[in-house]
Amino acid sequence: MSHTLQPMPKITYITSDGTVRTVEAEVGATVMETAIKNGVPGIEAECGGACACATCHVYVDEAWREKTGEPSPMEEDMLDFGYDVRPSSRLSCQIKVSDDLDGLVVRVPERQA
Amino acid sequence: MTETIKTDALIIGAGPVGLFAVFELGLLDMKAHLVDILDKVGGQCAELYPEKPIYDIPGIPLITGQGLTEALMEQIKPFGPTFHLGEMVESVEKIGEPLFRVTTDRGKVFEAKVVVIAAGGGSFQPKRPPINGIEPYEGKSVFYAVRRMEQFRDQRLLIVGGGDSALDWTLNLQPLARRVTLVHRRDEFRAAPDSVNKMRALVESGAMDLRLGQVTALEGVNGMLAAAVIKSNDGTSTRVECDAMLPFFGLTMKLGPVASWGVALQGDLIPVDTEKFETNIPGMFAVGDINTYPGKLKLILSGFHEVALMAQKAHRYVYPDKRLVFQYTTSSTSLQKKLGVG
Repeated sequence: MSHTLQPMPKITYITSDGTVRTVEAEVGATVMETAIKNGVPGIEAECGGACACATCHVYVDEAWREKTGEPSPMEEDMLDFGYDVRPSSRLSCQIKVSDDLDGLVVRVPERQA
Repeated sequence: MTETIKTDALIIGAGPVGLFAVFELGLLDMKAHLVDILDKVGGQCAELYPEKPIYDIPGIPLITGQGLTEALMEQIKPFGPTFHLGEMVESVEKIGEPLFRVTTDRGKVFEAKVVVIAAGGGSFQPKRPPINGIEPYEGKSVFYAVRRMEQFRDQRLLIVGGGDSALDWTLNLQPLARRVTLVHRRDEFRAAPDSVNKMRALVESGAMDLRLGQVTALEGVNGMLAAAVIKSNDGTSTRVECDAMLPFFGLTMKLGPVASWGVALQGDLIPVDTEKFETNIPGMFAVGDINTYPGKLKLILSGFHEVALMAQKAHRYVYPDKRLVFQYTTSSTSLQKKLGVG
């Protein structure tokens, strides 16, 4: 059986000072895990991805909001604790990387909660 | 004067590792008292992820944080631990070889032969809301807890949050405050529906205000609040005059008073050896997420291992003249008797 090698999806993180970092992400990992693994500054993920804090808060680029979807009610509850929460706000531990999200752009807020 | 409570072991923290310490100490005939700042047992398992599945407890393919807490409580029942919940250990003082005097913020005093710090990420404390420049107001006109309601009589209060604490204090303080304004990011609340309905009725009748948005800045002098700036979700900002603000943004973990007990620290962690999990102070142990050693992993299962070894050394302090013979629960009639199954 032949095995097709698909390129890994890429995610772009724009930090609050405007620095742009594009990294390769594993399908199935979260946008938070991908950031931590690649040392993207500004994403703290204090609770380790349990959706129990609001320190992996990101703004999803307008063009990607439909594909990443809306926060779940539990995620909304956690976003209440975030800093400068906007309509495009998500917790990056709740966004799973898929091939569909190849090219995703997220912005890191000025500070976490 | 409160009476001093004497115990073999005083365990600080009633999370999974603190609870299992009761078991390992109990098998070796040591009685334990536990103090925890939360009003319930289970630590992070109960507070942060009661419904989240845990997959790496040996022999248990899947269990929730709450389930694990309940199972541990069942497991340690034979040893009759005493819990002191909703209390924070303030000071630990060495008064013997070893003997410790431990006091809590409620004024309770313990005398313990050994102290076991199982405080995880530290003590749960109210979270500071993400508002720049809030620090000078804290304790003067910004409060994270209500100790005396009278303090807020005839004041203009800003209560921030959408959970039970925010809603409960809104309803309790509304009758005596001059004006209460509840600020929340969105028109949905985590709080109990009954409190939310009561709050909405008060807003409807004009007895209080509800503002949807986030507090972005504070105005005032010498720590006394004059107004807060609220940014609505449409991006516009308005000023709301107020005398005090009560933000309820949940809990976070802080190292807290541990730093003042004389125990050596490495950042926010307590270095221990990997034979006894003892700190630099003989008779004071540190187990679970709060300790550090080469290769340390913050896993519940590691904490369980640590308390088993800790108990061996604790036994030497509590019973200096007794020889400890290693036994298995599967075969030892004396251990089975202690467990109430023999």
